[in-house]
Amino acid sequence: MTLLKVEKLTLQFDTDEGRITAVNNVSFELEAGEVMGLVGESGSGKSVTAKALMQLNPGNAVYGPESKITLTLEDGTVDVLSLKRERDMQVIRGGAVSMIFQEPMASFAPAITIGDQMVEQLMLHTKMTKKEAARVSIEMLDRVGISDASSRFKQYAFELSGGMRQRAMIAMALSTNPKLLIADEPTTALDVTIQAQVIDLMKDLVADFGMGIIFITHDLGVIAQTADKVAVMYLGNIVEQGLVRDVIRDPAHPYTRGLLDALPSLDDLDAPLIPVPGDIPSPLERPQGCVFHTRCSVAEARCSESVPQMTTLDKEHACACFVEVDKRGAA
Amino acid sequence: MSEEPIISAKGLSVDFQISGGLLTKNVYLRAVNNVNLNIPKGSFYGLVGESGSGKTTLGRAFLKAVNISDGEVKYCDEEVEYDLKTLQKKQLKDYRKRAQLIFQDPYAALSPRMTVRDIIAEPLEVMGLTSTREETDERVREIAAKCRLNLEHLRRFPHAFSGGQRQRISIARALVSSPNFVVADESVAALDVSIQADILNLLKDLQTELGLTYLFISHDLSVVAHICDHVAVMYLGRLVESAPTRVLFDAPRHPYTKALLSAIPSLDPDDKGNTLKLEGEIPSPTNPPPGCKFNTRCVHAIDICRNEEPKLEHTGDRHEVACHHWSELFET
Repeated sequence: MTLLKVEKLTLQFDTDEGRITAVNNVSFELEAGEVMGLVGESGSGKSVTAKALMQLNPGNAVYGPESKITLTLEDGTVDVLSLKRERDMQVIRGGAVSMIFQEPMASFAPAITIGDQMVEQLMLHTKMTKKEAARVSIEMLDRVGISDASSRFKQYAFELSGGMRQRAMIAMALSTNPKLLIADEPTTALDVTIQAQVIDLMKDLVADFGMGIIFITHDLGVIAQTADKVAVMYLGNIVEQGLVRDVIRDPAHPYTRGLLDALPSLDDLDAPLIPVPGDIPSPLERPQGCVFHTRCSVAEARCSESVPQMTTLDKEHACACFVEVDKRGAA
Repeated sequence: MSEEPIISAKGLSVDFQISGGLLTKNVYLRAVNNVNLNIPKGSFYGLVGESGSGKTTLGRAFLKAVNISDGEVKYCDEEVEYDLKTLQKKQLKDYRKRAQLIFQDPYAALSPRMTVRDIIAEPLEVMGLTSTREETDERVREIAAKCRLNLEHLRRFPHAFSGGQRQRISIARALVSSPNFVVADESVAALDVSIQADILNLLKDLQTELGLTYLFISHDLSVVAHICDHVAVMYLGRLVESAPTRVLFDAPRHPYTKALLSAIPSLDPDDKGNTLKLEGEIPSPTNPPPGCKFNTRCVHAIDICRNEEPKLEHTGDRHEVACHHWSELFET
């Protein structure tokens, strides 16, 4: 069942320096029980895309007229972008859609106990009594591997360690039984050993709860270990998408290849680190044509003139690059 | 790289006072505990560990940016030899130009109100290394070119630059006083991977060109593996293992190093080879466990580990490890 369908999502911000394009014509689908990785560097538009799913972008965001986000739930479909009133958005903000943020310390209110925050959310989104909500919250804390959950329930965010806080954040996000979970760099602020624990936990939870997950990260290793499929973003565009195996083993877009080459690998310590030349252009100076042509090693004249479309190469593997599509041939 | 150390630490400890005052008892936290370490001249020395392991504090102790509570640290180059614990004011001023720091966050490290030229020139002016404006400008242009900065950019302000360019500016600022020893504390952690490789290559090139010795502090083992020639691993203020990079990554001996290495997510989706998973988290340094500091998370811990702290032992060519049963573990 298709849980989420994003079609032609275009998102711009009105700023003092003009209208900035943050997301450009992005389309993807997500099934229930599937994990999709959204990879890209800072400024690639991955977080903004995810926030659009919950309408969390600030007031100066302007959505393109053709943009459409459809969420299919048990009791019908929700057209996310058509929701106008705060009250109607409750379903996509913490109800059917939950979000885990990068910095758990900044995401919990510092002066309210973890328990009270979890209870408040449950009472807002379900018909539970305070007592039931407390019971469910403690069960959830226990489920994510927090020992002595009933006493942690009464503690404040600053009393927990970083890994513990991120677990509590996950428990809180999952307690309303969401259909879609958005995880925005959930392991970036954590140490590797704790990151490994959180990745394992998230894998278990997908298996148990069967929700769809959008996993945002800049770390391709984390994607390889967690996601089923992946979309690579650059300057607001998806430049390549497909199954994780296909994209990592046989990257098609020059940018994806560049990202993989720049990554220090433990298998070959002598391999030189090859940076992607140049810097990411400022969003105010979006290149014409293919957005990546200013840094691309295989760019041709046509790349700076017209915009390459996403073209299917093989089954689910698609890429937006003139040169590569010519080389491999469209499916 | 020579065998002679530029920095040598013996029994180095750093304490921070966490509470206490006029009427209450003073409580200290030992962030770095009894560390023995030599950084050979011309090396790219890596220091890894989780947050709270004391790696940043150790780096700062080498720069004399925190007080050395116990033990000794010596700095030695062709011209001078300093005992960092008892450095006089005048010597400290001289040491500041010989030892420098590159920060983690290039967004926070540069003043938004100063032009790039002024940012790079400031150390020269403060230390009185140049006497005329022309001389300063000359020196700034020289180092900026070495750090691959566009000279036309010197008149701009930092906000006009991307993360990678900003980090090149901070490197230029750190190197303008011609230091011999540079501490790079998580200097690529805030950068995107495509830029990270560029900065790492630059650091390496500058080392050859200027004859620098680096202490490269990082939590990212794959970066350290690629750039450093020797790596030391810290856990809860202690040095637990230290070895030439290749040896450490091919045959780690401390259970903590092994766990750290296996926690790196593999790029191969089918590689589920994370056999060694660490439970729990690093204990608080205010209340460290007795015995081996790693015993609370170690699968091999036995009684001796909970009671007696292991010493750092030489176990091979420049390979040191602090574990009670590294040899049994090594054989299996």
